[in-house]
Amino acid sequence: MTDVPPDLDLEPREPEPLAASPTAYAPSVAERLAILQRAGGVIVPVMTAIFAFLMGGIVVAATGHNPLKVYKGIISGTGLPWFVHFGHHHIDIPFTHHQVFFWWDTSVANNDAYNLQQMLIIATTLTFTGLAVAFAFRCGLFNIGGQGQYLIGVITGLWIGTKFSGMGHLPHILFAVVVASLAGALWAAIAGFLKATTGAHEVISTIMLNWIAYWIGSWVFGQGGPLQNSFNKSLPVSNDVVPSAKLWVIWGNPALQALHIGFLVALAALVAFWFTLNRTTLGYEVRAVGFNPEAARYGGISVAKNYVVAMAVAGMFAGLAGVMDMLGYQYRFGVLDVQTSQIGFIGIAVALLGRNKAIGIGLSALLFASLLYGTSTRTLDPSVFPPTLASNLTWMIQALVLLFIGADVLILYVWNARRKVLRAPRAPRPQPTGSS
Amino acid sequence: MDETPVLELRGITKQFPGILANDHIDFDLRDGEVHALLGENGAGKSTLMNIVYGLYSADDGEIAIKGKRVQLSSPHDAIDRGIGMVHQHFMLIPVMTVTENIVLATEPRTGGVLLDYSAARQRVLELSKRFNFAIDPDAKIQNITVGQQQRVEILKALYRNADILILDEPTAVLTPQEATELFAILKDLVAQGLSIIFISHKLNEVLDIADRITVLRRGKKVETIPREGATEEGLARSMVGREVLLRVDKTNARPGDKLLEVEDLRVLDDRELEVVRGVSFDVHGGEIVGIAGVDGNGQTELIDALAGLRKPAGGRILIGEKELTGASAHVRLEEGLGHIPEDRQRRGLVLDFSLAENIALHDYDKPPFSRWGWLNPRRVIERASRLLTEYDVRGGAPRTLAGALSGGNQQKVVLAREISRNPRVLIAAQPTRGLDVGAIEFVHKRLVAERDTGRAVLLVSLELDEILSLSDRILVLYEGQIVREFSPDVGEEELGIAMTGGRRGEAAA
Repeated sequence: MTDVPPDLDLEPREPEPLAASPTAYAPSVAERLAILQRAGGVIVPVMTAIFAFLMGGIVVAATGHNPLKVYKGIISGTGLPWFVHFGHHHIDIPFTHHQVFFWWDTSVANNDAYNLQQMLIIATTLTFTGLAVAFAFRCGLFNIGGQGQYLIGVITGLWIGTKFSGMGHLPHILFAVVVASLAGALWAAIAGFLKATTGAHEVISTIMLNWIAYWIGSWVFGQGGPLQNSFNKSLPVSNDVVPSAKLWVIWGNPALQALHIGFLVALAALVAFWFTLNRTTLGYEVRAVGFNPEAARYGGISVAKNYVVAMAVAGMFAGLAGVMDMLGYQYRFGVLDVQTSQIGFIGIAVALLGRNKAIGIGLSALLFASLLYGTSTRTLDPSVFPPTLASNLTWMIQALVLLFIGADVLILYVWNARRKVLRAPRAPRPQPTGSS
Repeated sequence: MDETPVLELRGITKQFPGILANDHIDFDLRDGEVHALLGENGAGKSTLMNIVYGLYSADDGEIAIKGKRVQLSSPHDAIDRGIGMVHQHFMLIPVMTVTENIVLATEPRTGGVLLDYSAARQRVLELSKRFNFAIDPDAKIQNITVGQQQRVEILKALYRNADILILDEPTAVLTPQEATELFAILKDLVAQGLSIIFISHKLNEVLDIADRITVLRRGKKVETIPREGATEEGLARSMVGREVLLRVDKTNARPGDKLLEVEDLRVLDDRELEVVRGVSFDVHGGEIVGIAGVDGNGQTELIDALAGLRKPAGGRILIGEKELTGASAHVRLEEGLGHIPEDRQRRGLVLDFSLAENIALHDYDKPPFSRWGWLNPRRVIERASRLLTEYDVRGGAPRTLAGALSGGNQQKVVLAREISRNPRVLIAAQPTRGLDVGAIEFVHKRLVAERDTGRAVLLVSLELDEILSLSDRILVLYEGQIVREFSPDVGEEELGIAMTGGRRGEAAA
């Protein structure tokens, strides 16, 4: 029989009514459990984000600035206000010369629209790096190697994207995307293979692979490196991606880093992630291994194979992040970028806040992208807030989110305590609860 | 003896959403008695006792201790009034010593701040001596046996001057020997004036230890009866609400072809020690072969090797005519092996998977449940709901998470999965561990039915009763070797002696 430890009385749990109960109880028990799980699933990340912003606000206040003003500045920096400006506008129908009525202003001159595009571009990359962490996680693996896998995607993507200028548009892009995602997959699979064969912990091996990718990147883009540019030998950056490998733009001015088709690919990847996990035998195996490797083994599933496969799929997502970033947004990469890029690591936060679920990852990628872009120095008004402090605020909120995710039991506890307080007047207890 | 009960419950009612866990339950505990609270899983025993211990508050009803009405709103209140409770899962800190665990939160102090360890130790020693506990007060919890840990929990209650002791299924975690020792301790405690409530769903031990027995069923009290005159059959009937067959009803076996053959099997354990040392036996279709033995004589490793979850160090395993010694678990499943694992929660089920997904664990990758790597959830769920009905799994729909079911129903799900695959050889390892009478009856009936359809059943169990009532042949596993073979009409005593390595009357088996 289960009993509730006195100090963890989250909720009067069902006293195992199942063995002897008539079947009439069944739906209610199942439903309650499902609701509780779903509630815990939504409440915790939302509260986590709210707590993080509250704490961030306190720090802002401590520096003598108005937190409300700062957050308002960040939101306007993300371009989100674009949504609230309705009007009479028109939008092109793709591949035709027709225009139809549209509520929002999509013209390139609109500053909010521009900011929104930038935010969505970052969200695209974060979605991919978040998926890279989440897929491995669903197999019980903690993939810290998103950054390295991303760099491998960047390197192979640029290698193909800066050469082969004679190729057609579509084949060139497909070529680059396929090779880069395979390279990412192979890179990550090394960690899966080591885990499967020698038991080497994936956290250690992916961190080591990150450093290897880091130094490969520093070498190929560095002076005399194979991918260094051909116009200035003192500059440790790559050539630009040739026009035939640039991704199609779906919104905005192509000359000004517009939103590329990778955004749609990211949305498709979220759907594919859900389908793979829930509707394929591969996903079934991955989840079984993630939940209980011993039971999976007993069931005839090869745990070793799934470690390799799950890491490969994870690396494929990270590789996609790298190649999409190159072909659609940055077009070039340098040693300095290799050293400062963090996007793969932020993917960990995205996946954790999104609870490794497709919808959660999409939403938390948007949140982190808003934070990153909204606090970047070029969008924030320096009169509101010193730009250096702004980007520090981003890091701080990210750190707080990670901290609170680790403390989800605490958050559930606070949530339930709140409910207990609300319920107290109706409770049949004559005196306040004691030490329980 | 004082006629006022030391503890009296009147009309205790507790409603949880969707279920009435306790429905106007009256209960009294007399001074110096062991009062057993008997009922199936989910009958409301633990809820009732958690109310007495102040963990839950009752919606209705009253509690009186030594004739005085009391309000217990926390375990603290309960402890203050002399109630101690030993939970099924111990609440001890492994890295601390016995003494430190016992005095936790009520430490004797010197000068108000420092722990007076020697005073605490002295007190623990006294208590341990008084009740014949044989506990080293300086041993760390992680280094002592489960039985000793349980005694530490009891000492913890005694240290806080408990005179009413509640034990929640205390024997569930103990070996038979440890259970016997526990019963001796309980008799000592009662002799020294304590009163004990003993929660259980095992009939024989209740008849062994209790002075009176109260039976609960689905949140209601059925009866309170003295031990004298109580029988296992009568108690089982009150618990389940219908006649229960405690003895398995079966005809003689009609053995057919040899389906499982094991030759000189040698298996190493995790520490690389040879724990299965040259085991040979066979199981024919239509018979149940029971492997008896005290825990830790190589049973787990033998089962693992048969199921393909552990590589044998030597010997051969054949299913039908096919040698499968080095084959993977997957291949063996294909070749007609069914395996009800020893530990359903760790191995038999993925608790975070739905019941439908759990039932598909062996054939999710075959049509019609999937094609070209795509699952067909509709088929998976259809089959699951059919099997859940057929195996009378209660409290769960196909989409319910396996972790939400009670142990008995979880085991039915495992059984449904393994048997519905139509295996030629069925390994049943501890198939009724932790189950209550109703569920045990179900599992036993089903195993005999499977035997009668011609399957070869290998039963590995630590329960002598189970081995004796189900098996057609009994093999005794002792220190990794099969030391004797018996027919099922062997006496319990003779079997017990063979299990502990006794050589009396050894004959060529």
